[in-house]
Amino acid sequence: MSAKPRVATAWLDGCSGCHMSFLDLDEKLVDLAGMVDVVCSPTVDIKEFPQNVDVALVEGAVSSEEDLHKIKLIRSRTKILVSLGDCAVTGNVPAMRNFFTIESLFKRAYQENADVPLRGEPASTGRSIDGPCVAVPKLCENARPIHEIVKVDVHVPGCPPPPDAIFHVVAELLAGRIPDASSLTRFGK
Amino acid sequence: MTPEELGKLAAKEQKARSACKHRVNVCCAAGCASMNSDKIKDDLQSAIKEKGIADQVQVRSVGCMGLCAAGPLVSIESEGKSVMYKGVTDGDVSEVVESLEGKPIERLNLPTDMPFFARQEKIVLENCGVIDPERIEDYIAVGGYAALIKALTEMTPAGVVGEITRSGLRGRGGAGYPTGLKWGTVAKSPAREGRKYIVCNADEGDPGAFMDRSVLESDPHRVLEGMAIAAYAVGATHGFLYVRAEYPLAIKRLKRAISQAQKIGVLGANILSTTFSFNLEIRLGAGAFVCGEETALIASIEGNRGQPRPRPPYPAEFGLWGCPTLINNVETFANIAPIVDRGFRWFASIGTDKSKGTKVFALAGKIENTGLVEVPMGIKLRDIIEDIGGGIPDGGKFKAVQTGGPSGGCIPKQYMDMPIDYESVKEAGSIMGSGGMIVMDESSSMVDVAKYFMEFCKSESCGKCVPCRVGTAQMYDLLEKIHKGEGASDDLAMLESLCELVSQTSLCGLGQTAPNPVLSTLRYFRHEYLELLRDGQKELAAAGADKGKDGAV
Amino acid sequence: MTTMTASPSSAAHDIQVVTLKIDDQEVSASRNQTILQVAAENQIEIPTLCFMPGLKPMGSCRICLVELAGSPRLFAACVTRVSEGMTVITDSPRLRKYRKQIVELLFVERNHVCSVCVSNGRCELQALAVKLGITHITQPYRYDKMVVDSSHDLFRLDHNRCVLCTRCVRVCDQIEGAHVWDVAGRGIDCRITADLNLPWGDSDVCTSCGKCVHICPTGALTEKGTAVAEMRKQPDFLPYLTIMRENH
Repeated sequence: MSAKPRVATAWLDGCSGCHMSFLDLDEKLVDLAGMVDVVCSPTVDIKEFPQNVDVALVEGAVSSEEDLHKIKLIRSRTKILVSLGDCAVTGNVPAMRNFFTIESLFKRAYQENADVPLRGEPASTGRSIDGPCVAVPKLCENARPIHEIVKVDVHVPGCPPPPDAIFHVVAELLAGRIPDASSLTRFGK
Repeated sequence: MTPEELGKLAAKEQKARSACKHRVNVCCAAGCASMNSDKIKDDLQSAIKEKGIADQVQVRSVGCMGLCAAGPLVSIESEGKSVMYKGVTDGDVSEVVESLEGKPIERLNLPTDMPFFARQEKIVLENCGVIDPERIEDYIAVGGYAALIKALTEMTPAGVVGEITRSGLRGRGGAGYPTGLKWGTVAKSPAREGRKYIVCNADEGDPGAFMDRSVLESDPHRVLEGMAIAAYAVGATHGFLYVRAEYPLAIKRLKRAISQAQKIGVLGANILSTTFSFNLEIRLGAGAFVCGEETALIASIEGNRGQPRPRPPYPAEFGLWGCPTLINNVETFANIAPIVDRGFRWFASIGTDKSKGTKVFALAGKIENTGLVEVPMGIKLRDIIEDIGGGIPDGGKFKAVQTGGPSGGCIPKQYMDMPIDYESVKEAGSIMGSGGMIVMDESSSMVDVAKYFMEFCKSESCGKCVPCRVGTAQMYDLLEKIHKGEGASDDLAMLESLCELVSQTSLCGLGQTAPNPVLSTLRYFRHEYLELLRDGQKELAAAGADKGKDGAV
Repeated sequence: MTTMTASPSSAAHDIQVVTLKIDDQEVSASRNQTILQVAAENQIEIPTLCFMPGLKPMGSCRICLVELAGSPRLFAACVTRVSEGMTVITDSPRLRKYRKQIVELLFVERNHVCSVCVSNGRCELQALAVKLGITHITQPYRYDKMVVDSSHDLFRLDHNRCVLCTRCVRVCDQIEGAHVWDVAGRGIDCRITADLNLPWGDSDVCTSCGKCVHICPTGALTEKGTAVAEMRKQPDFLPYLTIMRENH
């Protein structure tokens, strides 16, 4: 391969903790930087997910229509898709909302817990439970792990996965092998 | 009571019967009783009294005559001739009484030479619809308890076990385990603190199955006699009848039968003035299908949560309260008295090489003659469906028959000429089961059928072991998804892999067989699943190319 | 046929020691031992979940299933007794596949959100997933809404984490003798329940001994006042009690 492998990272419904763990690679990031081209990442200011990505590390569960759109786009433009962290792998904390209806969720988040009145309405009136649906993408009925939506090639559980596990996975992928991270991380780690 | 006294009672009863010119039998088993046959019987009785011929006509309640679809049924025997009436209502009573001395009523006539009756061979049901199940004298008059007398006075316990073994009788509860072998194991297992038990499994729970209910409602003493003979053979002194509480009429008649049998001395201490004693109690099942599984049934009788436990040890060695326990199903016990009475050779001459005797089936679903039939083992499926069952109603076409309930499978039309015996049915991907036969025509969706049975298993799983508890729920969800047209080939693959897991790893028979309705419909009607998949067209086209091979319909 | 003279077959019946093979290892055992006990004595590890030394085995989680040569059936090692000449296979691709699938079913059945569980890092279900190399769950999650019973002064029951191993039911019945716990409902609706379906705190018979809490394999039964990954369980009392009772 003449050019360096094109690596991208992305986040869906997560807390960005997996990206923080990635950054926790510290000085190893320097080694990594020499080995790959990071073509897209929340840490890099590129708006559109690029074509011909070799490896994409994706954090977060699929929760909204935007997430759905994103993950399908990523899948179609990526050779090896890595589910990074428990939200991507199991749904984790974002999926804890799945026991509730979206309506009751919005009511709880944007009315009962609101410290400012919504759209000029006093929080106590209960007249609108729409929430900020104009500005925020519509929520899916359930938050779901990525592999329930598109095919995933490598699963790296952990909340967040330890930096060592992330490095092992990336290094193995760069060496042309499909890694097994099960000895380095686990659900909830 | 001594055997001689019993003989006298039988003779007296037979004499009283033959003194009557006409005998009017009204079916009062659950099917006909639900259509007020009790009232019809009372009306007949008063009409006859009014007419002043009460001394010539005997009106009795009898058990199930089989053709439940045509109820209420009334049969009349007069001087060698017999006639059967179907769909009798209150309004027909006076006409029926008039017809005793005249011509049969054409409108109500049900020809007794029709294949439904003519092609049956009755052993288990031979007294059903003939005797009054609430009178022990009726049972004794047709030779009841003679087999018990024979066993107690002429045979050793080992001799009785040998007789059953050589008869080739196999368990009628579904699995077909050789009855004699089971009896032999219990007989040889050392009693614990002097105790062994006999249990009759009357927790009939398969959807569409009502064989055991009918036997218990129509001829309860036959089952009691079988149990008493079994107790003598294996050395037990106590027995339980585990009956589901949803069978109130069967329970009522069993209770009455037990107290009559105790009174007359064919149950209780020193039966028929011998040293043999046998006591019987009824235990009611509270509506859990899994309690039909023998170890769960034992737990339930002991007063524990009705959950199975791993086997071995088998109940034959370690059953109720740790004592050797013989558990047989109603129909199995109902076969015992005739075998002991008429000898193993007679029984072994009926049926096939490996499946002896007869089998009772409950015909339900898309079939003309819904009801109960008893046929010799080895009869062709076609004979049951088309001849005896009268075929599919409304000009429909036969598609499949579901046997064995939620543990069984669907047998498609290419097996119509298959002989019905334990091995053949298993080879066709189903099981004999307890005898439910649900007939389906072309309008039935097989995915729907699979879904129905999985829903049943899911709600009847006791929840003790993980694969059955969670696996059946997951399989049901997948079936629902596929049925709604929202499934993809991944879902079908997952369903198949769950089928394997649940059948291989579940703790008891319920889980181990729960995937059968899915597996058998996948085997014969895979295209119906594929048609519902979002991406099933490719496999469907490939399957089309294979048409004609086994499985492709 | 009964005979008073000792025939070779009846003599064999009296022999208390048997030899068998577990994973190509020849081992000897007492005939009343289970496969699991004999395997453990010989450092052959068979994964378990519902099994707990000191409690009557149930054979219900199906994780310890093993193959026996000559039988198509699988047997739960915790409840199957050894016999002469038995050949046990404790590990095979088939067993590994089934064990994985069963653990997956447990993960989808309830809401085991490990990252926010007080037992994170000290959970037997989590450890089992690691041991079996499970990195994700292929089955769809059920997301059944579960309640948390915090009515007891000291402890908490979180149905979201329960695997229905019934260790709590058994320890309370067999060791403590209180029988607070039992299982209510059936199938997928099974729930551990206190007394006759009371909130735990309202139980008349609970002695608050905490035995159930400390042998619970997951974060279903825990001490109050613990945060994520803080719950440390001490199940060692059970072997101690068992030894003491046996020697009594």
